[in-house]
Amino acid sequence: MEKAEVRESTGAAAQAERPRRLLAWPRSAREWLVRGGSVLVVLVAWQLYAPHVNPIFLRPPSAVVQSFADLLRDGTLQSATLESLRVLVVGLAIAAVGGLLIGVASARSWVLYNGVNPWITALYSTPSVALVPFVSLWMGIGDGAKVGVIVLFAIFPVILNTQQGIRYVDAELIEVARAFNSSERRLWTDVLLPGALPFIFAGLKLAIPRALVGMVLAEFLISVGRGLGSLIIVYQNTFRVDRMLVPVIVVSAMGVVLIAVVQWLEGRLAPWARRDR
Amino acid sequence: MSVISDPHIFRHPPPSLTANNATPRIGQSFVQTVSASSGAPLIRVERASKRFANGVQVFDGLDLDVREGETLCILGPSGCGKTTLLRALHGLLAIDSGRISVAGETVRRPRRDVAMVFQHFGLFPWKTVARNVAYGVELAGLPEQERGLRVERYIDMVGLQGFERSYPYQLSGGMRQRVGLARALALEPRVLLMDEPFGALDAQTREQLQDELLRIWEGIDRTMVFITHSIEEAIALGDRIAVLSPRPARVREIVEVAIGRPRTVEQVIEHPSFVELRERCWRLLRARAA
Repeated sequence: MEKAEVRESTGAAAQAERPRRLLAWPRSAREWLVRGGSVLVVLVAWQLYAPHVNPIFLRPPSAVVQSFADLLRDGTLQSATLESLRVLVVGLAIAAVGGLLIGVASARSWVLYNGVNPWITALYSTPSVALVPFVSLWMGIGDGAKVGVIVLFAIFPVILNTQQGIRYVDAELIEVARAFNSSERRLWTDVLLPGALPFIFAGLKLAIPRALVGMVLAEFLISVGRGLGSLIIVYQNTFRVDRMLVPVIVVSAMGVVLIAVVQWLEGRLAPWARRDR
Repeated sequence: MSVISDPHIFRHPPPSLTANNATPRIGQSFVQTVSASSGAPLIRVERASKRFANGVQVFDGLDLDVREGETLCILGPSGCGKTTLLRALHGLLAIDSGRISVAGETVRRPRRDVAMVFQHFGLFPWKTVARNVAYGVELAGLPEQERGLRVERYIDMVGLQGFERSYPYQLSGGMRQRVGLARALALEPRVLLMDEPFGALDAQTREQLQDELLRIWEGIDRTMVFITHSIEEAIALGDRIAVLSPRPARVREIVEVAIGRPRTVEQVIEHPSFVELRERCWRLLRARAA
């Protein structure tokens, strides 16, 4: 039976002289099996090894799960998540809208493009962390400064992707618009913005993880408040390594969810982009 | 922008010209020359020269007339500047000297009564078939109801009923070019400029679309300038063929195709004059620059 299956499938499988049982599985199932297995092996090893280490440095996954439940029960996790989310959403929104506007404005005017780009290139090349103290100096230590840090981290990929997306819109389509006597306004709505949309979404997807770094870092470097970053510091100071991991997990889950949201939006707003180009 | 008030945007060819052209052409014998019965020049190219910034002289002192109501095929070796010439005809590209005029007016920018079909189709991937077809008439500022009627009529004409809501990526190459054709036709232009529209298609689809174009042309009877590097295509579609020389391009000779309409590609290939026409075009293309 196995042999018959191998003969049916061509190419690579036919080359394997003695196919193993696993290779007969559908490819996606095989891949997911390996992924799941990898995670399971590490978790089990961690669970078994942790009791042999000083609990100040490492606690087993089961203890992390327990802490997760504890922090949920007393509401600490929810309030910290909301606190961080508030700053994150405002910062990301400013970065997205501001980045889009700057990108659009500088894409079609060579004066703005050349005027703005040395600054963008310089600021984007500088590790954003190095600029956090300046933000704090100018904006204080409140939520405003934290939003400022998130914007600083997240805006550049949006600007650059919008800019490049518009500049690299298919020249043939721009000529089609000219051939049909398009106005400048219709050129933007028919050609430039839709053409740049996949790039803009790519920029947003790059901005999300950077915004999350900014969000956590702002609480590390500017002021310890009640957000997720602050929880990490608080539990570090109290040697609760099991609790320390809980906000970390929430932050990475935020990243996953936000990117999924952007991807869903992209599928809705730019359905053509996935397949053809 | 005076879009709506432009008087001759959507005007059909004047009745006198239509009558003059359509009636004698049908069933016309190939022995007759077409020239006597064809209309006056609608497009005139007079001593047009164009040199690119990199120093390449694309054409130099090129003269060409396109008569009202005819299909003129421009046949030339690849890279001889056919597409550049067509872009200049539409005012997408300025010539260095000479004059190009449509209906007596010097062409400086794309005209509303001239529509173009592109080799690369030029469809917007983010617009559905119906929205792509509507593009030209939207920009022309037609009332919404008239737009809807035009879109429906020309989607039907090119045989894309049922695909109105599809996106270009869901269509085959041949179907995409049908959309490009419908978009240009929906403007009901006085002149259709075709830039090797079937050049990117496989041989079978190409022939199918040539037949469709011949059929559609019977229904609309408009002036058409058709760029191609295929001799057979030029004979099948053209009333006259302007054979260009290599760069700098000039019109080497104008070949009259005296094959009656309505016609199909098959009828053209079986026509007694076909072999002779093909050989003549072939020799003109092969001849060294004079």
